[in-house]
Amino acid sequence: MPAAPIKVLVPVKRVVDYNVKVRVRADGSGVETAGVKMSMNPFDEIAVEEAVRLKEKGVAGEIVAVSLGVAQCAETIRTALAMGADRGILVETDAALEPLAVAKLLTAIAAREQPGLILLGKQAIDDDMNATGQMLAALLGWPQGTFASKLTLEGDTATVTREVDGGLETVALNLPAVVTSDLRLNEPRYASLPNIMKARKKPIETVKPADLGVDPAPRLTVVKVAEPPRRQAGAKVGSVAELVQKLRQEAKVI
Amino acid sequence: MDQSLLDKPSHAEIREEVAKLCARFPGEYWRKLDQARGYPTEFVAALTEAGYLAALIPEEYGGAGLPLSAAAAILETIHEAGCNAAACHAQMYIMGTILRHGSAAQKQRYLPKIASGELRLQAFGVTEPTSGTDTTSLRTFARREGDRYIVNGQKVWTSRAEHSDLMLLLARTTPKEQIRSRTEGLSAFIVDMRQALGQGLTIRPIRTMMNHNSTEVFFDNMAVAADNLIGDEGRGFRYILDGMNAERLLIASESIGDAKWFTRRSVDYAKERIVFGRPIGQNQGVQFPIARAYAQMRAAELLVHEGLARFEAGLHCGEQANMAKMLGAEAAWAAAEACVQTHGGFGFAEEYDVERKFREARLYQVAPISTNLVLSYVAEHVLGLPRSY
Ligand SMILES: Cc1cc2nc3c(=O)[nH]c(=O)nc-3n(C[C@H](O)[C@H](O)[C@H](O)COP(=O)(O)OP(=O)(O)OC[C@H]3O[C@@H](n4cnc5c(N)ncnc54)[C@H](O)[C@@H]3O)c2cc1C
Repeated sequence: MPAAPIKVLVPVKRVVDYNVKVRVRADGSGVETAGVKMSMNPFDEIAVEEAVRLKEKGVAGEIVAVSLGVAQCAETIRTALAMGADRGILVETDAALEPLAVAKLLTAIAAREQPGLILLGKQAIDDDMNATGQMLAALLGWPQGTFASKLTLEGDTATVTREVDGGLETVALNLPAVVTSDLRLNEPRYASLPNIMKARKKPIETVKPADLGVDPAPRLTVVKVAEPPRRQAGAKVGSVAELVQKLRQEAKVI
Repeated sequence: MDQSLLDKPSHAEIREEVAKLCARFPGEYWRKLDQARGYPTEFVAALTEAGYLAALIPEEYGGAGLPLSAAAAILETIHEAGCNAAACHAQMYIMGTILRHGSAAQKQRYLPKIASGELRLQAFGVTEPTSGTDTTSLRTFARREGDRYIVNGQKVWTSRAEHSDLMLLLARTTPKEQIRSRTEGLSAFIVDMRQALGQGLTIRPIRTMMNHNSTEVFFDNMAVAADNLIGDEGRGFRYILDGMNAERLLIASESIGDAKWFTRRSVDYAKERIVFGRPIGQNQGVQFPIARAYAQMRAAELLVHEGLARFEAGLHCGEQANMAKMLGAEAAWAAAEACVQTHGGFGFAEEYDVERKFREARLYQVAPISTNLVLSYVAEHVLGLPRSY
């Protein structure tokens, strides 16, 4: 057990809800978000849940939820507060944020907050970049444990079981560290009504990128966003012989 | 589905978290219960543990002390998610009778335990087989004997009696011939069914076309402590009526949720299902019933919100609450009908949940008050036409 419970910073992103069938804007500039239900990125929910569990075990102390983006990201922070985070920081900007800008802004937040652990989702389900955690660790010069399916804290060490291609890899990291959550780390809770009520009273501080000395302007140019081609209807075959014949002569795969 | 300018969405965080809870109780869960006519014990426990059923109980008794619109948001969300709040919604409005008219001792004794889930107040014994809608003609009689009442009679359609610890009972305490006004002579009691079961209380389930845990309840010299009389003897009908507007608005909210569920299912299916080489939703014959039901739902929803706003401002809301209940139930039914038709044969397959929700949604044109009685109310009390019943 660490001497004192460590502070955990949990960045949470506001994304199109995972139940929504996304549609590409007519001009191909991106995905339609107007009038679409937005929610917390599911991997970030897992990160919040893990932080709250660490707190319930007594190894984590204060949990600070950070969201970056438009003013409505405060709602995403409220969700984290209802799950058990203690306070929130909103880095408010209308700029389209890319992983590097987010990592720089979080680096500045980390310098102010001095957390012992930054716990974030392995990727966001909107643009699937899978980059912010890694960039953040590099900018901070902290060790990183990505794709975590298990996390334990003991003393100054975080032990992370990682889901890698070949199986599971376990790494030990010196704190402070950056950990990104994979799907199997936990099953996030839904908030209880009393906790939703408490969350309404928890503080959310708003800062601007300029206050943190970061220029969040995008560095990438989106050329085009397009829908995947529509799946063609399948065909039914009457027999194995017909299947083999079609695979050979029409699909030309055998 | 945008909200209008008049009408701001309320309790967004509560809706969000209730939806997450409901996601753990998918169609499969309800299908199994429906077949077995089982009670959704786990679902009700989850709602209770998360504090939602105590939303309206004041904080001093361990509840959240939220306004009626929060309860409406909770119930609407449950139905919009394809779940069914009928197993536990009564607690939300029955509790109001104890809160407004119960003694300090009764509130202290029951409300904290209801809030924590230790005691379930889910049974509401009003309807009787011989009087039906004509509540003031009910016959179940509670005779005072020293420090207790002895109850004899029968109730019907008492939902959830087998899954509740307490019942709010309306019984006659003065014979009908001796009263001056129709609304006098009835009294409200809190019956502890755990003690009364087998001691003068018998509960028998009634099988219905949907899974609603309906029962009929028989009282044969059942004793109720005089301490459990709510308020004054003879004024029970008023105490019950007093909670009716809240009940109407909450039931209307469930119907709105049902309508939203059906419409979402209809739209999704109409876009996916390809017949004659194009999505069926491209045909106006398929679109129009769905669109019409949506318009009906939005109109009813606005009326629900107006009713809630008036209720919370302490204004009269009988007109809004009654009309919202009627229009909501009709909108849900229109959306249900469109949903079955849109699904064609698959609308009848249990696996799609449409037929189950269809059966469930039909109830609210009959209970807790039938459409004709809402219209009679509007005709008499809003429009000033002669009383018809
Ligand atoms: C599944 C279910 C659950 C229920 N749960 C409860 C419960 O928990 N507690 C409880 O107390 N009750 C409960 N009820 C009872 C419900 O409130 C009644 O069924 C409802 O009020 C109608 O009463 P009734 O069935 O006796 O119909 P009746 O009063 O016999 O009416 C039959 C029909 O005649 C119409 N009608 C009657 N009089 C008039 C008139 N003057 N003008 C025009 N039309 C008229 C009615 O609108 C109705 O359509 C439940 C009912 C059902 C089906």
